Amino acid sequence: MSKREAFKTLLNYMRRDWAFFLLAALSAVGVVAGQLLCPYFAGRAVDCILGEGSVLWDELARHLTAIGISAAAAMVFWWLLAVTGNRIAYRLLSALRKDAFKKVARLPLKYIDNRPYGDLVGVIVSDAETASDGILLAFNQLFTGILTIFGVLGIMLAVRWEIALAVFCITPVSFFAARFIARRTFAAAKRQTEARADETAFADEMLQNLKVVKAFLREEKNAEIFEEKNETLRKASLKATFFSSTVNPTTRFINALVYAAVVLIGGIYVLLTADMGTPFTVGSLTMFLQYANQYTKPFNEISEVAAEFQSALASAGRVFSFLAEGEEVSDRDNFVLPAAEGRVEAADASFSYTDRPFIENFDLKVEPGMRVAIVGPTGCGKTTLIGLLMRFYDVTGGAIYLDGHDIRTVTRASLRANFGMVLQETWLKTATVRENLCMGREDCSEEEMFAAARAAKADAFIRRLPKGYDTVLGEEGTLSEGQRQLLCIARVMLCHPPMLILDEATSNIDTRTEVLVQEAFAELMKGRTCFIVAHRLSTVRSADLILVMDRGSIVEQGTHEELLARGGFYASLYRAQFSRE
Amino acid sequence: MNHLFSCLKRYRKEAILSPLFKLLEAGMELLVPLVVKAILNEGIGSGKMYIVHAFLVLAAFAVAGLGFALTAQYFAAKAAVGTGAELRSRLFAKMQSFSFTQIDEMGASSMLTRMTSDVEKTQTGINMTLRLLLRSPIVVFGATAMAFVVDAGSAYVFLGLIPILAIAVFAVMAVCIPKYRKVQEDLDGVYLSARENLTGARVIRAFRLEEKESDAFSKKSDRLRRAQERVGRAAAVTGPLTFALVNAAVVLLIGVGALRVDGGAIAQGDVVALYSYLALILVELVKFANLIVTVSKAVSSAKRIGAVLDMAEEPQTTATVPAEEPKDGAAAFAFEDVVFTYAGAGAPALQHVSLSAGRGETVGILGGTGSGKSTLVKLLPRFYEATEGRVTVAGQDVRAVPAERLRARIGYVPQKTVLFTGTIAENLRWGNPSATDEELMRAVELAQAADVVEGKGGLSAPVEQEGRNLSGGQRQRLAIARALVKKPEILILDDSASALDYATDARLRAALRTLDCTVLVVSQRVASVMHADRILLLDEGHVADSGTHAELLARSPLYREIYASQTEVRS
Repeated sequence: MSKREAFKTLLNYMRRDWAFFLLAALSAVGVVAGQLLCPYFAGRAVDCILGEGSVLWDELARHLTAIGISAAAAMVFWWLLAVTGNRIAYRLLSALRKDAFKKVARLPLKYIDNRPYGDLVGVIVSDAETASDGILLAFNQLFTGILTIFGVLGIMLAVRWEIALAVFCITPVSFFAARFIARRTFAAAKRQTEARADETAFADEMLQNLKVVKAFLREEKNAEIFEEKNETLRKASLKATFFSSTVNPTTRFINALVYAAVVLIGGIYVLLTADMGTPFTVGSLTMFLQYANQYTKPFNEISEVAAEFQSALASAGRVFSFLAEGEEVSDRDNFVLPAAEGRVEAADASFSYTDRPFIENFDLKVEPGMRVAIVGPTGCGKTTLIGLLMRFYDVTGGAIYLDGHDIRTVTRASLRANFGMVLQETWLKTATVRENLCMGREDCSEEEMFAAARAAKADAFIRRLPKGYDTVLGEEGTLSEGQRQLLCIARVMLCHPPMLILDEATSNIDTRTEVLVQEAFAELMKGRTCFIVAHRLSTVRSADLILVMDRGSIVEQGTHEELLARGGFYASLYRAQFSRE
Repeated sequence: MNHLFSCLKRYRKEAILSPLFKLLEAGMELLVPLVVKAILNEGIGSGKMYIVHAFLVLAAFAVAGLGFALTAQYFAAKAAVGTGAELRSRLFAKMQSFSFTQIDEMGASSMLTRMTSDVEKTQTGINMTLRLLLRSPIVVFGATAMAFVVDAGSAYVFLGLIPILAIAVFAVMAVCIPKYRKVQEDLDGVYLSARENLTGARVIRAFRLEEKESDAFSKKSDRLRRAQERVGRAAAVTGPLTFALVNAAVVLLIGVGALRVDGGAIAQGDVVALYSYLALILVELVKFANLIVTVSKAVSSAKRIGAVLDMAEEPQTTATVPAEEPKDGAAAFAFEDVVFTYAGAGAPALQHVSLSAGRGETVGILGGTGSGKSTLVKLLPRFYEATEGRVTVAGQDVRAVPAERLRARIGYVPQKTVLFTGTIAENLRWGNPSATDEELMRAVELAQAADVVEGKGGLSAPVEQEGRNLSGGQRQRLAIARALVKKPEILILDDSASALDYATDARLRAALRTLDCTVLVVSQRVASVMHADRILLLDEGHVADSGTHAELLARSPLYREIYASQTEVRS
């Protein structure tokens, strides 16, 4: 997305805040006017103080009052500008964040799978924030900066255009100086970034695996390597930090030169025009000196803001591109499927992640209540097959039917309500055990929850947690992988879905617990259609139908006995797993 | 903050010189209004040359000011960057000294945050403090002092202004800082929500929680927005308020100045000079207010760093236990009535476990998830310390042996096999940095990993981060080889053959038997432990039984149950 488009879309986002925009614009004018009028009236006031016994008191009082009013107006408008700017920027931020978050739910899982989580969180949180920060900065500095430059020029031109011209000619030099330095800083900053990335990668790897480091007494060697990287980073940082910190002194230097020039030219003008009709007074010189001091600052700020604004637009562009990503096909007009009987059929279904087909010729006929096991080597497409049933992915060819309905004609929600699922990766929320268990059924009673936990053999260890069912699970949690799995099983047990999908469900639980859990599942599976994915053939021996997959295709179908008798792919898989010495 | 200062100490020279040069620069700026005053009071009368001279003086001030400023910036950068590097180095050393309990409590990602963004913020804070935090008061007080030089009679206005400004600025800060903290907390919540929603996309869709999650996120997002707006509104007061106060002082000053001029005490140029000093203060204060925010962020980062550096290091020995000499006839290792509870856990993970092994024996530990198998073996290298009871290696209480010496004798192959960025050889040399290629290859062969090394192109073949270019089984075998390179007295295999097929597993066990090494095998698979000299059967932290395969098969119903579940009679 181009920056221009990003900018347009941003403006569009803020359209409903147009009244605040107007207020901000008016406030900006008010602030700058007030700020510039203060030195103006101060200069005029100085002109009233001519010397011993000759002070024009009435006029002085008027000018001083004017300073007071200008300052008060500037104060009010300044605050108003800041607050409206804040409001617009943070409302924008919140809107972007929410839209990006909502977008996640409408994206195909294919998309989410293919981008690192960090990337997407970056878009939702950091990029939205950078975009709104840029807008905020624009409100606080860009508007007022530009207005200040023109305001100062205008007043100076009106008072004495010759001197204004001289000031006008010198100041942009600071602008160029800043850019010159910025370019040199960029190269140093790049080296710093590289050095930092190198050190962080090393520290990350070692800290993530600190236990192994300690087991191998690797601490000293690591410290040596770290020291070396740290020294490289220190040197690179010194250069980058120093270069970037030369900007302000340079600007101040140029500012001082402008000031000196105004003293020179202004002083001479005061001398030369003293006897003329419109003299360049001491007060005017005072005023000019103040303006000279204020004049370079906006240039500096604008170049700073311009850089920030560029990155803000780039971030906004990333957010908008994300929002424009293709969504799942809408299912609003689809049929709402009631509780299904559980008849599943697939007719020549196929699917691909990329342009290469991944699943092909998928044919299946499952009667209600059947237990279907899906087996095959890693990466053969078992998980993907489950994703097709749940409509995490849509088939790219053929069709899948549930109770005779093409699943693309029913709503995703009503389809998924028919499945209970336990996934390979155990996902639990950062919330209490209770909230996690009742995720699918918020209305369940305490007794039902306990019963499900007991059935899933999770009750005992839950009660041993510091706060029992009210323990908040952290992102890493204090639970073992097996315990997390048991919680996920309990979570499904509570839902009593017509069909079950168990994806590697028991692969992390030891065989003994597995036996117990399987007993519980057997109870749950009665009369329900079940799909079970597992590497462990022991889990699927009791299946009514085994689908043997290899490289995206179902190569064999049948019962355990039939398939063993056939002596094909399944038989060899089985022997690899169970042959004893 | 003590740590910060002790790191900064190494850069004492820079930390003193930087503000000193800032002082000189500020001095140059403070002299400018005096020159202007001289022009207005004398120059207008004495002709052009006076003004040209004054111009040259101002230009000279500017050049000197630039020189001073650049010097100050350089010293500030050097001190800040150096201190940052020192902090990182100390943090890394400290974190490497953590005990396993501390590692569990802190977590890798929070350790990394300390090392990166917290140090970064602290470094910026130091830099800014050296450059500006001292400059602003210098300019404010300097300008006041100069005002007294110009005209003591009018300068009292300055004395009135400064405390009012100080109170105003600090009042705003006092209101804002707790609010900033609230914003940070809310932001963390939003971040967590966003991340969870992505990692849990499948589960959320399966449970049809999209709307609910979205509503919850909206609420969090709105709460954050309101917190941000609140702090924004409060912080927005600083600029306008300062501006108004200074201009009130301007009005007062010009009024007082007019009286003084009227009375003949001072001239018009003096009033201009006084006014210039006030304007100087205004510019400086606005910068100062912005700076305070940066510095307060840096202070909270520095505190977080300090908290880590203050943490205790893992002790080499635990002094309460008297040291004992290694005994020749003693068991290779022994657990004596050991109880262990994880920090913060409600119940013990191990209860009254006893086990010992003679030199060269193989002991198997069998049990289900959460039965305490891994926990038990981690007590041996004192990764965790027994809560009750005693653990000995070669007759010595592990608490009496320095951790380094103890761990040097034990080869540990963790459950989660981790390899590191580098080459295969570099990874293997973790076991022994001075091992020769022949020694490496010997270990590789013992670990049944020769085909892995060959397949990847030899010992110098690259290993990607966390060994991602290797399969689970390949990683496990290399991790075993890595432990064997150490030539350990005791080898712990913590469920580390789980990705190996049965044939390879068997060859591995046969190879290990040729070594003069006590082996401790943890597994969920009976086949992996059935040939051990002794099998310890753990059940939810208790010893359910122990004995040989045959004994257990004969007397333990639990063992039989596990055995049966894994070895169904073939049809």
